[in-house]
Amino acid sequence: MAAVSGALPRWLQRPTTYSGLWGWVVTVDHKRIGVMYGVTAFAFFLVGGIEAVTMRLQLATPANTLVNPDTFSQLFSMHALTMIFLAIMPLSAAFFNIIIPLQIGARDVAFPRLNALSYWVFLFGGLLLNAGWLFGRSPGAGWFAYSNLTSGPFSPGSGMDYYVLGLLVLGTASMAAGFNFVVTIINMRAPGMTLMRMPLFTWMTLVTSFLLVLAMPVITVALIELGFDRFAGTNFFRPEGGGDPILWQHLFWVFGHPEVYILILPAMGIVSEVLPTFSRKPLFGYPVVVLSGVFIGFMGWAVWSHHMFTVGLGPIANATFAITTMFIALPTGVKVFSWIATMWGGSIEFKTAMLFAIGFIVLFIIGGLSGVSHASPPADAQQQDTYYIVAHIHYVLFGGSIFGLFSGMYYWFPKATGHLLHEGLGKLHFWLAFIGMNITFAPMHWLGLDGMPRRIYTYNSNMGWDFWNLVATAGSLLIAVSTLVFLWNVFTTMRKEKDAPADPWDGRTLEWSISSPPPIYNFRTIPNVYARDAFWHQKYVEGSDGRPRPVPTGGATAHSEGHEAAESPHDIHMPGLSYFPIILALGLALTAAGIMIHLAVVAAGVLITFFGIYGWAFEPADPE
Amino acid sequence: MIHASSPAHPAPVETTTGLNNRKLLMWIFLGSDCMFFGSLIATYLLYRGKSLVGPYAHEVFNIPYTSISAFVLLMSSLTMVLALSAIHRGDMRGLKVWLLATALLGTVFVGGQYFEFTTFVNEGLTLKTNLFGTTLFVLTGFHGAHVTVGIIILLSFYLVAARGRLKPEQHLNIELAGLYWHFVDVVWIVIFTVVYLTETPNIVT
Repeated sequence: MAAVSGALPRWLQRPTTYSGLWGWVVTVDHKRIGVMYGVTAFAFFLVGGIEAVTMRLQLATPANTLVNPDTFSQLFSMHALTMIFLAIMPLSAAFFNIIIPLQIGARDVAFPRLNALSYWVFLFGGLLLNAGWLFGRSPGAGWFAYSNLTSGPFSPGSGMDYYVLGLLVLGTASMAAGFNFVVTIINMRAPGMTLMRMPLFTWMTLVTSFLLVLAMPVITVALIELGFDRFAGTNFFRPEGGGDPILWQHLFWVFGHPEVYILILPAMGIVSEVLPTFSRKPLFGYPVVVLSGVFIGFMGWAVWSHHMFTVGLGPIANATFAITTMFIALPTGVKVFSWIATMWGGSIEFKTAMLFAIGFIVLFIIGGLSGVSHASPPADAQQQDTYYIVAHIHYVLFGGSIFGLFSGMYYWFPKATGHLLHEGLGKLHFWLAFIGMNITFAPMHWLGLDGMPRRIYTYNSNMGWDFWNLVATAGSLLIAVSTLVFLWNVFTTMRKEKDAPADPWDGRTLEWSISSPPPIYNFRTIPNVYARDAFWHQKYVEGSDGRPRPVPTGGATAHSEGHEAAESPHDIHMPGLSYFPIILALGLALTAAGIMIHLAVVAAGVLITFFGIYGWAFEPADPE
Repeated sequence: MIHASSPAHPAPVETTTGLNNRKLLMWIFLGSDCMFFGSLIATYLLYRGKSLVGPYAHEVFNIPYTSISAFVLLMSSLTMVLALSAIHRGDMRGLKVWLLATALLGTVFVGGQYFEFTTFVNEGLTLKTNLFGTTLFVLTGFHGAHVTVGIIILLSFYLVAARGRLKPEQHLNIELAGLYWHFVDVVWIVIFTVVYLTETPNIVT
């Protein structure tokens, strides 16, 4: 962050500036990249929120005419795509970037330039996906874009082209990030940090990264096939050419269900850090929580057809996927009970981060229970494509993922920026969001069971859906207000002096052992890890009564400050800045965009891509 | 990938597993690429023998021809191993020879694929003709693109080595290029078996 710009090592060649906007463009520092991920993703979160509120205003009253059906289709499609690919995933990536190297005691990720590439490709992909709002039209076939709704005759214009190309570019960014964090977590841990001593957030990031690496290629192939259908006239999903639209559904959900866990596992990791910290107890059943996370990672591949119960795959397939789907609720339940047991008997401190973590548990349980209810094919046949499903996914994605991510924001904000967010405003944010979220999404359960289909742009008054729709719209405005409170909190906090101590929450993991914000090199001395909750054990020993006692001399401060073996900051070799990640990202995005525009643009994009790759490969290492 | 002039990352002190970061990255990338080809092959298998109109597989395939080009590609794995062995021994001349030989064999394979595609098109099979054309061209085309990328990597290393800027201690570069190259070969064994050797009669007509 800005604080380190003065302490710049002189020997950095390649781009040399850490200051100003340019310093951010060429940066490879994981903390800066994480901040860029967070800011960009939050901006997209606001865009997705505006889309959501617009839809709720349209649905507030029957036979409303605020937006036309065509715009409404684009709104619900882009709302989902934005929230999933441009808000939740990159917000998780922001935490991977800022926190993972700090938690495992590393100075950066394994491949700093690849990390910068992930960010820039994500940014350009996000802009490409949203470009339809400005040029032509946006995708309007829903976020899972079932064929053959997506073929030329049914999706005329460029809308679905933005979907295909935007998601292809975004997938590249996700895979690059996945590769990087798998290698980082497997290979860059501080001495003594065995797998079963890793913080839970690091564990869940590892599982998520494996899911990214293995799931994104499947959607890549699906998108390539759809792209060929649209641009080259192939027959993959065209029934008139013999193609089978169901193939799209299989490919999409083979990606799509691991994707669900890509969205929720990082949030589970965050609350697994927050709950022990503010309960002043170690996580209950750490090995079980870890293993259930890994188990979810495996089982996430075996449940995809529960999205397709009404397709008619037959009783055998439906029964099989019903069983696996009910089965995957078990490890999730194990986690929930471990979180509750962590709080049990702890001295709980209700900071905002803790409130969001508890809110996560409450709302995720509700979303999980409604989820189990459509694990049963006959029940699902009633709920399919109704607002009941909308209620379910918002309880797990908004009440789950977003609440978990907000918990992480309040928890790690001081570490990332050096500023402590205001607790009063934070609690106001929490209560408005918690109440607003329930007012918005709980009525959707009844609406769905009353038969209101999802994705309709309006309804007749005689359906009896008026009241709860109005309530839901009121709730969504409350959520919007809560988000403004959060923005105000961030805005006012950032204008104040940096006042965050290194360890504001009496934390348990290594990131709290260094200053807030950390120096560019993170750790002057790479720490040695002797236990789970490594930093806690540097600060406390167990007293004879079984309660923690502070380590008599210094403890915490002795570690981060004057360590006799500490290297001088000038001897720490940090990766050099680089222009090439953004150049390469630009080339990739231009190549994709060119497919829609003109072959000459593709050619230019390919040239820039090659220039980026070769410049990258032959970029001189830092002299020293 | 090509840290030829000098290693971009000053030799990391040591890694947790002892495995080099870049080698681990390559293995994970290959795992990811398995899912990529797996999805394409699954698509091919699902649509095998379901074309509504011809030409069909048995009408256009020239198995002896494709067998020879498959053999050429497999032999390139041998020359790739010889290139790696050469740099391990510090034999930079051998390295250059075998790199060039590998790239050449790869080029023969891609050229053969180009010729094969042209023949198919002349016989009336294009991307749009039927499901067979759609799935065949996209699956083998992406494999050909992988081989082409491999050729570019090999030639890049050849040029760097020819300018004397590849040091024997940078053998990891060649090893990683080799991992990629062998993977692409293995994928071809699967594709060749699934697409060419176990063709089935069309069941729709």
